[in-house]
Amino acid sequence: MSAITLKVNGRTHSLDLDPATPLLYALSDDLELRGPKFGCGLGQCGACTVIVKGQAIRSCITPVRSVEGAEITTLEGLGTIEKPHPLQKAFIEEQAAQCGFCLNGVILTAKALLDKNPKASEAEIQQGLSAVLCRCFTNVRMLRAIKRAGQEMAR
Amino acid sequence: MSKPVMTPDARAALRGAGFSRRGFLKTSGALIVGFSLRTAQAQFGGGPSAGSPAAGQVDSWIAIAADGSVTAYSGKEELGQGIATAQQQLVAEELSVPFNRVTLLYCDTAMTPDQAYTAGSQSHPANFNRGNLAQAGATAREALFRMASERLGAPVDQLAAADGVIRVKSDASKKVTYGQLVGGKKFSLALDSNAKRKHPREWTVLGKPVTRPDLAPLVAGQFEFVHNVRLPGMLHGRVVRPPSVGATVGSVDESSVKDLPGLVKVVVKKNFVGVVAQKPWQAIQAANKLKVTWTAGTGLPGHADFYDHLRNQKQTRDALMVDSKDVGQKLAEAATVVKSTYYHPYQMHGSMGSSCAVADVQGDKATIWSPTQGVWYQKSTAAMVLGLKPENLRVIFRRGSGCYGLNGADTVTYDAAVLSQAVGKPVRVQLSRKDEMAWENYGNAFVMDERAGLDAKGNIIAWEHEAWTPALGNRPGPGTPGNVITGSLLGFPADPFTPRAATEPRAFNNGSNGVPSYVAGGVGGQSHGTGTVKSERVLVHNVPSPFWTGPLRSPARLQNTFAHEGFMDELAARVKADPVAYRLNHLKDPRLIDVVKEAAKAANWETRPSPRPGNRPTGIAAGRGIACVLYEGDNGYSALVAEVEVNQDTGKVTVKRFVVCNDVGPVSNPDGLRNQIEGGALQGMSRALLEEVTWDDQKVTSFDWRTYRTLPLGFEPPKIETVLLDRPDEEATGAGETSITVAAAAIGNAIFDATGARLRQIPFTPDRVKAALAARA
Repeated sequence: MSAITLKVNGRTHSLDLDPATPLLYALSDDLELRGPKFGCGLGQCGACTVIVKGQAIRSCITPVRSVEGAEITTLEGLGTIEKPHPLQKAFIEEQAAQCGFCLNGVILTAKALLDKNPKASEAEIQQGLSAVLCRCFTNVRMLRAIKRAGQEMAR
Repeated sequence: MSKPVMTPDARAALRGAGFSRRGFLKTSGALIVGFSLRTAQAQFGGGPSAGSPAAGQVDSWIAIAADGSVTAYSGKEELGQGIATAQQQLVAEELSVPFNRVTLLYCDTAMTPDQAYTAGSQSHPANFNRGNLAQAGATAREALFRMASERLGAPVDQLAAADGVIRVKSDASKKVTYGQLVGGKKFSLALDSNAKRKHPREWTVLGKPVTRPDLAPLVAGQFEFVHNVRLPGMLHGRVVRPPSVGATVGSVDESSVKDLPGLVKVVVKKNFVGVVAQKPWQAIQAANKLKVTWTAGTGLPGHADFYDHLRNQKQTRDALMVDSKDVGQKLAEAATVVKSTYYHPYQMHGSMGSSCAVADVQGDKATIWSPTQGVWYQKSTAAMVLGLKPENLRVIFRRGSGCYGLNGADTVTYDAAVLSQAVGKPVRVQLSRKDEMAWENYGNAFVMDERAGLDAKGNIIAWEHEAWTPALGNRPGPGTPGNVITGSLLGFPADPFTPRAATEPRAFNNGSNGVPSYVAGGVGGQSHGTGTVKSERVLVHNVPSPFWTGPLRSPARLQNTFAHEGFMDELAARVKADPVAYRLNHLKDPRLIDVVKEAAKAANWETRPSPRPGNRPTGIAAGRGIACVLYEGDNGYSALVAEVEVNQDTGKVTVKRFVVCNDVGPVSNPDGLRNQIEGGALQGMSRALLEEVTWDDQKVTSFDWRTYRTLPLGFEPPKIETVLLDRPDEEATGAGETSITVAAAAIGNAIFDATGARLRQIPFTPDRVKAALAARA
């Protein structure tokens, strides 16, 4: 165990952790955040996604020591229920969810994509989400929501 | 004609016991229903559970506070299918209050009425027709009107309600609020079966799209899934499953993990092995490092010839669904006899998040947070697992990752309970991806023989269907924690497999869609089916399964429909008939006819036989196909047109467009229904094109997203168009399993239309498509 400093959604936390611990457990258990989720633990589904240095990464296979000091953004860091990010707003407007378990990975992956390329085409959005799963298959609405958010973010 | 009165839960219990609702309504007198209900209750424990509010009392369903806010209690839970939103609309509608004034609580054994499972597309019929939540709302509204009549000195028919206020129609200043009438007090009133439901034509809240209240917290990362339940002093557990099917514990070397940080306890009970640690990552390390010696597994039948293995089973449990006893004769007389065999693999629920539960077992009492679809059966079976009295358990539903049926929810709940009991502290368990996928209760494999006789004009004169399907375990019901892996490892038996010869069908039961849509469904001298073909025989052989099985979205219905609708397409092609027209020629149910016609119309269906004329035998070829179903024989109509492109060089199938027409009675929430239809069609497409459980001679080899393929978000989805036929004067039916039931058949039929190659085995992998292309005449 050792002292690990994590910067999450603009706040600094000092945690006593095995440095090999995947970031996901620090976020969901030590910090009790509800955004990042354990889906597979193998980096295959996207449920655990967080944004570090503008990149959407899989926190379930990222040791905490590798992101020490870096700014980490989780779904909670995008917006709030009262002041949602355009992506969060678009997902509500399109009613783009069923169980909602995958939303964390879908929205954060789309955020990292649109931040770099707000005018991403449908094909580019699909390409960007090629390794994200939604087992309820809300695909059509989600792609529509991302496109809608992109239009607002580009304005 | 008056129908025997049955509560939807009674229907669900009967369905669970192998009866069909429609069959009972059509063929049974009340006496028979009463007898069968008692049988079903004795067998399945339907009926009031200890501690649950009585379903016959308004106060069990509805409470109105002094400020006029309404709390509704339901035994049907939100799994992601949108039913919570629709139920909130229902209560707001029946009580004439705004949507936002209603809070809905569901599936807590200490607080909500026992409605058995949330499963089988039964929530909409159970709570939106003439019983339960809908009837409680109507009874409460009429009671409020009677109270207001007394208070305001005006007859009930001179009163009107809006926004939780009852006014005298002729003098709006004379008014009283619900809060003033009943606020905080009980109704103390039985559900009145004569209380008048609002007719769909009067609806102002129901029947409209409503923003789902759970979406804002979901997208903001504030929503509490069961995975997010945190209790003071909570520890984390992890299970160690056997390395191969049938392996048992030889020995456990606790010293192998004694130095690991955070380890609290190694727990071994019979063949159940688990660890408890302070933190989840520590529990994972301990589970990985714990040295367990297992006996050899019992071995598995070969994957490559598994379908032959099913067909060759000597010990079978047979059921005859229909038998006109003249099929052999009619086939002998037929101008043409067509035979085909269809194959469906085991498939997974494959929940996005592996299953999770939290249990707090303290002495002889336990509180459990579980994503189970049946909190009451979880309560009674967890009590067996823990050796406690059921009345000392409380099971509270918390949403898990979408389950689509019996995923790991029940088994992980036992895991958490056993581990919590062992350490006397609250324990959270989330399964690993592999433990979820290698040991869940898979959707059933099927081998299905279809045989039909055609007359000289090409009309179907006889249809025979014979199927083999393996089963082991099921949802935990009363007394059967052994229906899932954890219960079995703890020494509880699964539902026994009892070989049995088929007996004469006594009631029409098409709950599994074993009976094709095009036959008459004749039982007891009456025709109960949707079709016209009078010579018919449907025989199902249940055989033992090496793997756990259980309901997966459209269980058996999807498999049977894939065979029936593919075969119907073969028959149409054989006589060079248009697939839509040929279906209509053999259907008699007007609502099924309507969804077929409307889907075809919306898809601009080109009337002609398949395959499509002019398509070349190489390169990319386009085609379209249709399939339809009356789900479970009585629970929702659906027809789906698929348009595909087949790359005949690579075998890749691309679905370009789905057009789906549904009739589910009165539409409670059109956007919610569309969401279910769209998701179902795409999930059906993923299952049709990619999904298959695999194994070697000892163990399952599909245990993550590399070895069990599914369609990700990153592909170009087909354009999906939904047509909703609103039926305000009919009963509400199920909706969530309709489009998925017809997707595979429609895609297969479209592949045939494009290429002339018939796909009879799911999934339609490129290799299988290429093999079918090579086998073209």
